[in-house]
Amino acid sequence: MKILVCISHVPDTTSKINFTEGDTKFDTNGVQFVINPNDEFGLTRAMWFKEKQGASVAVVNVGGPETEPTLRKALAIGADEAIRVNTEAVDGFAVAKQLAKVIEDGAYDLVIAGRESIDYNGGMVPGMIAALTNANFVNNCISLEVEGTNATATREIDGGKETVTTSLPLVIGGQKGLVEESDLRIPNMRGIMMARKKPLQVLEPIVTEAETTSVKFEKPAPKGAVTLVAPDNLDELVSLLHNEAKVI
Amino acid sequence: MSVLVYTESEQGKFKKVALEVASYAKAVANQLGTTVTAVTINTSDASALGNYGVDKVLNVTNTQLNTFNAKAYADVVKQAAEKESAKVVIVSSSADSKYLAPLLAVGLQAGYATNVVEAPSSTSPFTVKRTAFTNKAFNMTTINTDVKIVAVSNNSFGLVENSGSAAAEEFTPTVSDFTVNVQSVDKASDKVSIADAEIVVSAGRGLKGPENWGMVEELADVLGAATACSKPVSDLGWRPHSEHVGQTGKPVASNLYIAIGISGAIQHLAGINASKVKVVINTDPEAPFFKAADYGVVGDAFEVVPALIEKLKAFKAQQ
Repeated sequence: MKILVCISHVPDTTSKINFTEGDTKFDTNGVQFVINPNDEFGLTRAMWFKEKQGASVAVVNVGGPETEPTLRKALAIGADEAIRVNTEAVDGFAVAKQLAKVIEDGAYDLVIAGRESIDYNGGMVPGMIAALTNANFVNNCISLEVEGTNATATREIDGGKETVTTSLPLVIGGQKGLVEESDLRIPNMRGIMMARKKPLQVLEPIVTEAETTSVKFEKPAPKGAVTLVAPDNLDELVSLLHNEAKVI
Repeated sequence: MSVLVYTESEQGKFKKVALEVASYAKAVANQLGTTVTAVTINTSDASALGNYGVDKVLNVTNTQLNTFNAKAYADVVKQAAEKESAKVVIVSSSADSKYLAPLLAVGLQAGYATNVVEAPSSTSPFTVKRTAFTNKAFNMTTINTDVKIVAVSNNSFGLVENSGSAAAEEFTPTVSDFTVNVQSVDKASDKVSIADAEIVVSAGRGLKGPENWGMVEELADVLGAATACSKPVSDLGWRPHSEHVGQTGKPVASNLYIAIGISGAIQHLAGINASKVKVVINTDPEAPFFKAADYGVVGDAFEVVPALIEKLKAFKAQQ
């Protein structure tokens, strides 16, 4: 089985979110970038398929050279090879088209992407690559088993979960549950050394048009201070929630 | 040229998000000077949509569609959009809608914006405000394509009533065979889900053990709320994963979010920030959550929560 894991290069959760150039660009100054958490769960599940079922695992990112350390980290975790499509990730549809080209050229059986990136939160790339490559698709995927060309997956639905059967080629939008937080791997020194020697192929992009354009960013209005209520004065809290906040 | 809205139902009844997206579609239609057409699947009575500004309903009745299938549902909405020559398609942010909409976007060659929180600030260019960086910022985004898809963030636009009536019409799109098939569904039918809940009561490690969740459930019962938990609690197995809210769990966008014994790690706050009013109950006055809260009680949850339940019961009895 040939697996491709799509890796988004995102600011670490604890990063300060600021914007530059008249609030049109994310300010990367002093920001630590990581593998998108939803993608990391998928990458770790891919390692299981590699170790238990002999799958090959490639990782891919659409982005500039600055994303390579993130791809090297994925190689250090255990992916066999990396691909970077050398273009700025301007919108979800454009990224999906670049990835679809990589998937078709590489004839991957299983594509694992995260349900959404934690920066732009578009949540659209997995479904779009499935539609573009005519593969089956399971979103919000919290477990995945593959036997031959048959797959069994569980997806989270509002208020519960459902189990589905489908077949390869398959794209999933993965999340926590594919593996647990405790299963995530920190690259060890040997992994890091080996990652330096693994292939990282840079591909030139295909021509796409941006279906959407980011115009400007805004930060939410600063929050007012918390109103504290004494623990022996909970009538006050009920009254505030009813009369002031109007939520009960 | 009407605005098309996909109005989701469950067991024949519209979900609340369906009425919210209908309200949103009406606002867009007003801006564009056009009408609203809704597409519904296996809904017995679509008349409620008229009260939220829908002018026409395309009713699809097909037993093959009794279980949700993203590809088949996307095909239905696509055929409805083509029939109506819709230039704008509105969907919700439910798990099902966010599953089908990317497939629809490819099918219609449409630009797609998710997590949209307001009516378009302009329709030419078509510009919407959406959340990004997990609710830490807003992003003004222009959709450049001829056909546009907007996923409205749950509980952001609200329900807007419009007196009107919707003309219903049967619609029979072609439905191809499924290649993803549901084997089993595990869903608590008697509980309000986190996605649909107006109020969410959430608790963390401060509760010390799973045996202490009775008071959380009772508080949720009194308020008609959904229960949720922090990541450590779900990692420890005290509560099911389906209750985990936060960046890697479920997002929450309720009217009221009550956090009990949760310190407020940045990953947790990222997932619940879209909630309108936040109440924090914690023994530690330095807990970071108090900085993100609207109301706070510094106190022992084991004393505060039972007392709050009594106060709320008395309040509800008066109402």
